[in-house]
Amino acid sequence: MSNASTTADAAIPRPDLSAARLRKRYAAERRFRLYGIVAVIMAIGMLAVLLGSIVANGYTAFWQTHLRLSMQLSQEVIAPEGDTSRDALRDANYRSLTFEALYGLLPEVTDEQTRRELNTLLSNSAPRTVRDFVVANPDRIGETVEFWVKTDDKIDMLHKGYVDMEAPPERRMIDPDLIGWYQQLVEQDRVEALFNTTFFTGSDSREPEQAGILAATVGSFMTLFVTLLLSFPIAVFAAVYLEEFAPKNKWTDLIEVNINNLAAVPSIVFGLLGLAVVINFFGFPRSAPLVGGIVLSLMTLPTIIISARSALKAVPPSIREAALGVGASRIQTVTHHVLPLSIPGILTGTIIGMAQALGETAPLLMVGMVAFIVNVPSGFTDASTVLPVQVYLWSTSPERAFIEKTSAAIMVLLAFLIAMNATAVLLRKRFERRW
Amino acid sequence: MNTPIFLLTLAALMGFSYWVGKRRAYSVAGGHPAHLHSLPGYHGAYVALWAGVPGILLAAVWFAVEPQIAEYMLLQQLSPGTKDVPPDRLALLLTDVKNIAAGYNVFREVTPELQRAAQAYNAVFEFGRAVALAAALGISVIGLYFGRRFINTHLRARIQVERVIKVVMIVASTIAILTTFGIVMSLLFEAIRFFSRIPITEFLFGLNWNAQTAIRSDQVAAQGAFGAVPLFAGTLLITAIAMAVAVPVGLFSAIYLSDYAPKRIRGTVKPLLEILAGVPTVVYGFFAALTVAPFVRETFSSMGFSVSSESALAAGVVMGIMIIPFVSSLSDDVMNAVPQSLRDGAYAMGATQSETIKQVVFPAALPGIVGAILLAISRAIGETMIVVMAAGLAANLTANPLEAVTTVTVQIVTLLTGDQEFDSSKTLAAFALGITLFVVTLCLNVIALNIVRKYREKYE
Repeated sequence: MSNASTTADAAIPRPDLSAARLRKRYAAERRFRLYGIVAVIMAIGMLAVLLGSIVANGYTAFWQTHLRLSMQLSQEVIAPEGDTSRDALRDANYRSLTFEALYGLLPEVTDEQTRRELNTLLSNSAPRTVRDFVVANPDRIGETVEFWVKTDDKIDMLHKGYVDMEAPPERRMIDPDLIGWYQQLVEQDRVEALFNTTFFTGSDSREPEQAGILAATVGSFMTLFVTLLLSFPIAVFAAVYLEEFAPKNKWTDLIEVNINNLAAVPSIVFGLLGLAVVINFFGFPRSAPLVGGIVLSLMTLPTIIISARSALKAVPPSIREAALGVGASRIQTVTHHVLPLSIPGILTGTIIGMAQALGETAPLLMVGMVAFIVNVPSGFTDASTVLPVQVYLWSTSPERAFIEKTSAAIMVLLAFLIAMNATAVLLRKRFERRW
Repeated sequence: MNTPIFLLTLAALMGFSYWVGKRRAYSVAGGHPAHLHSLPGYHGAYVALWAGVPGILLAAVWFAVEPQIAEYMLLQQLSPGTKDVPPDRLALLLTDVKNIAAGYNVFREVTPELQRAAQAYNAVFEFGRAVALAAALGISVIGLYFGRRFINTHLRARIQVERVIKVVMIVASTIAILTTFGIVMSLLFEAIRFFSRIPITEFLFGLNWNAQTAIRSDQVAAQGAFGAVPLFAGTLLITAIAMAVAVPVGLFSAIYLSDYAPKRIRGTVKPLLEILAGVPTVVYGFFAALTVAPFVRETFSSMGFSVSSESALAAGVVMGIMIIPFVSSLSDDVMNAVPQSLRDGAYAMGATQSETIKQVVFPAALPGIVGAILLAISRAIGETMIVVMAAGLAANLTANPLEAVTTVTVQIVTLLTGDQEFDSSKTLAAFALGITLFVVTLCLNVIALNIVRKYREKYE
């Protein structure tokens, strides 16, 4: 539009001043547009850096360094009295069996002191790996079996290249002897990074190589289940009432203002509410998914109510009038026509609310879900933790190996969130109806 | 009988009642449902409500009074000699007995008397609860009987059922008010207890915050330990840094997306920005602590500044990134609401697109944008995880973004996640900080929501 006018103007003789001003104005126009592009690129660049740094730090956690040990499951060590019952097998001395196999690989290490140091090359879960195998396969006693056992997290970091070999030895955070033994074992082709199943089947541990996210994931889903169970029906009832039945008066105005404000209250305040009222006043157990779920449902309620109301609002009045016209009661109108038509929208809002609740951390810290949980919670009143809190707990651990575990846990959390949001988007696309 | 079994049985009973009611409705109508006032299903629901509601109410009442009864039974077992102690000692004793009942170790000799008390306490939860829940089921059966008897051809079952549904809806919609009320009362109650120990003026205007030292109750008087000004200053500093990042980036993205971007770019960029909003804050916190903070430290120390490892700058910048989508999507909405006629008028006068935006659209959208920024500020003030993970704990009163500062939310978390004795000034201080946070964010939200609403009404 402006181009057309300038070419038309070109024929008219004009003072230079205007052309210069026009150039300036166009330059300003281009600059302004550039600012916009730069801003968008910055925002997306930050997203890329954020996700990139998480993935770069975390992808290695899905592999764990293992050491191949071949050991003879000698009858004398495991079952000296010939007793191969389950309990006897569990109590046998697998530590010495494992460590002897390790000493066999490095024959030059002989004295007690150095051997004790060599023991720290293996994770203390290594004898357990052997034990579990023997208990499951008592018929293999006496044979020579190869095991892949976990190494200690320091060796794991070394194998993954996180130890700066250029740095002076005292700053490498790992004993030079261990590095030497590690290199010997690599030459013997006995060290390999294998898929880290423990990360998905284990619970929290002080030892990075044994830490997993199962307990936190189960805790997260229990908490979300409680949240969904409480917030969905309440939100639907509230939204239907406010949208379809409520008279316009001071009381409903107050409810509206309240819902809008609650949606913007800092999440940590809900945590304080949970601590003071749910735990201290009503005496619910601390750290339990039940309490976490109650707190999160109070928090997500406004989100779901607001989206449910807009879904209800999108149903055209003609549908209601038609239903009322053939003699349906107002509640029948809602339950037979309005609700079924708006349920995709309500579900979309609910899933988005649940995704928010899944990522929430601060209020759960307040109700004590920061405990160190080694067992997978089996009930709604068991002490448990959730994925984002597990991320927080690991991020405060000093070990280098926990950085990758934290990042990997974040990747799992983000995967859940992406799955939930994608479901919401699909639902919206699939069932969206324009009237 | 435990709670899940009770709930399952009750649900089964209600299902059975529905069936009974429906059958009964058919039979009283002599096989012609048209003779009834309501559809037979409503009669079923009517009987089901008769069976369910009294039982649920009775169970709820039991759960409300259960702790009190248990404590009463516990006290009955204690001899007067044990009981006649000052209230705070008695409270400690009760806690210990409850711990014995739960099977924990206590720092106290477990006498047979205490053992008995613990057993009595447990009995309420086991035996007492079983009896109460069984009674609730009994009442349900009675309700079923009466509900079934009430069914006749004149019963307006639908009206009755719908009345109950409506009551449930009204109760559900008042939960929002109850939540706000609960927040205000719980925070206020604890905060008042705090202010009875520490004068409110000292809390609001004191320049020295050192809550961690006040572990014993006789230390509370230590002067200036609860002056919250450094926390407010730290919160404001980090919020200011966050807004310095989020407002320009968010605003310019919004302008570009709403007025310049081709449809395809808009369609891809908007969801990408929404991803930024969907990332959990704990992830931002980790990113701030692991990536941004070392980067800030290295950059500025190579320039010769002294940088704290937990600088306000790192936390603020990352918080700014988190808030970008908030600012951009709200201002995008606001600018899209400016009528096209205003833009067309400016173009007709020969203004370029940027001149139109700067001199027509932006001023027209300004109130809405201010509202959006206020909401973003309230968001930044209340944000917790980023600052917990990336900002410090030391309460420095400084405006230097390279130093470590602490914020209100960080202190709430640290005060309440340590070892807790609930009545200490330390934990009560968290509630005083909490109510300050709540009041400030509430004011910002109310103002912002009002501005945005007024603005929308102007152009609708």
